Amino acid sequence: MKQIKSFIQTYSLFIIFASFLLIIVEWLVRSEMIPSFIIPAPTSVIMMILENWRPLVLEHLSATMLEFFIGFLISIIGGVLLAAWMFFSKTVEKMIYPAVLISQMMPIIALSPIFVLWFGYTIWSKVAVTILISFFPIVVGTYDGLKSGDKEYIELLRSMGATRWHTFIKLNIPMALPSFFSGLKLATVYALVGATIGEWLGASEGLGYYSRRMSGNLNAEGVFAAITILTIVGILLFAIMSAIERKALHWKNTE
Amino acid sequence: MTLVLKNVSYTFKNKGKQHNKVIASLNMQVNQGEFVSLIGKSGTGKSTILKLVTGLLKQDEGEISLNGKSLTLGDVGYMPQRDLLLPWRSIIDNIMIAAEFQKELKITREDARNWLDRVGLIKYENALPKQLSGGMRQRAAFLRALLTGKDLLLLDEPFGALDALTKKEMQSWLLSIWQELNKTILFITHDLEEACFLSDRIILLHPNKKIEEINVNLPRPRFSDMLHSTELAGLRHELEKKIANETNKKFYSDL
Repeated sequence: MKQIKSFIQTYSLFIIFASFLLIIVEWLVRSEMIPSFIIPAPTSVIMMILENWRPLVLEHLSATMLEFFIGFLISIIGGVLLAAWMFFSKTVEKMIYPAVLISQMMPIIALSPIFVLWFGYTIWSKVAVTILISFFPIVVGTYDGLKSGDKEYIELLRSMGATRWHTFIKLNIPMALPSFFSGLKLATVYALVGATIGEWLGASEGLGYYSRRMSGNLNAEGVFAAITILTIVGILLFAIMSAIERKALHWKNTE
Repeated sequence: MTLVLKNVSYTFKNKGKQHNKVIASLNMQVNQGEFVSLIGKSGTGKSTILKLVTGLLKQDEGEISLNGKSLTLGDVGYMPQRDLLLPWRSIIDNIMIAAEFQKELKITREDARNWLDRVGLIKYENALPKQLSGGMRQRAAFLRALLTGKDLLLLDEPFGALDALTKKEMQSWLLSIWQELNKTILFITHDLEEACFLSDRIILLHPNKKIEEINVNLPRPRFSDMLHSTELAGLRHELEKKIANETNKKFYSDL
């Protein structure tokens, strides 16, 4: 009850604003001031999703989600391990950290055709794009978090006879969690974008593939249907990550 | 439990910058069951001495020994100025942390709870540090040092950040525990009145690396109304003069 109340308090203005916008668009399209192949009426997008939910969800969404999960999982495991390695070895940090940064400066979309070249039209070309785009926030979030371990805390634990492994487990990891979760939440959203971009470049299923095909057919409803589903999924994933974060960092939220 | 520092020297090594010799040929001793305070202007190496004794820093020359044995990390109880309670751990888990690094240290939860009860924190056993007031956190931090089970306690300005009233309470509280447990305490403070009220002996560190010892001949047990006694006021005045003179001399010699 309390949660619902705070939800309404936080988002009521936004919901009113968004509804208002949708009504305006609906009205503009219906009165034929905007042609429906430019912006479709919100109601026809909903109809499109309802009528085609089987292929949209069962075929395309599940394909996109599979790419998302594989890529995201590899990013988390690889990102956390790499961050820990950089934390323990100055040499590794000096060698790898710039490379991680540079990987973000590269225009990933321009790079993606290479993945098609390497992996063909298999799922791995999409997974590769997903990893490339979601790896960075996890590495940086985890590494910065590990480094934020306060020197005075470490000295105190060492004065009690703690080894470096002890301080890593009991101090650095818990202290890294807030920053790790910030990175993780960003990576969630990025990974979904990555999977979609991967599909644009060459795929036979998935919501990215679907929206591109619909765009080729001048079917704006289809494009918007795919975007709407992706957005909803993105919001849900983000909410799940935030819930996990709240649970793990409960000590931050207690009054 | 006699702590002996013999001919100890320590120099801060700053990369590229001038080296700064903080402690030169220091000789001092703290006897079993004694309460000794270190006072002196900033930069005279008070905190450095404590860090050398804990083993966090290694002296360049000289010997530091406790009952004839040289000291290593984990041999003494150390309490820094900031309470440094881990924010994600409950109070009881915080005060028992030393047992996680020292296998031979056997503190049961029951012991810890008894102590919390004695210092009036049992209600907060499972609370997080941020739910406690400054004075309460400082008491918890002291218990953490106490539950390392060591006979020598090093307290680095433990009450420096507390308001005047809480500070007075904590001083009486510390004295009562110290008297009962027969611990040896080496205490840093900037507050001359506090040094006079608590100590058996005061060691004044001069900027020229010389030290001066002052015995405090106030009777034990001491009560907070003794803070207004003429003996204490006289002693405090004497200390103040010693420290103030020093500034002037230094000031003129710099001209």
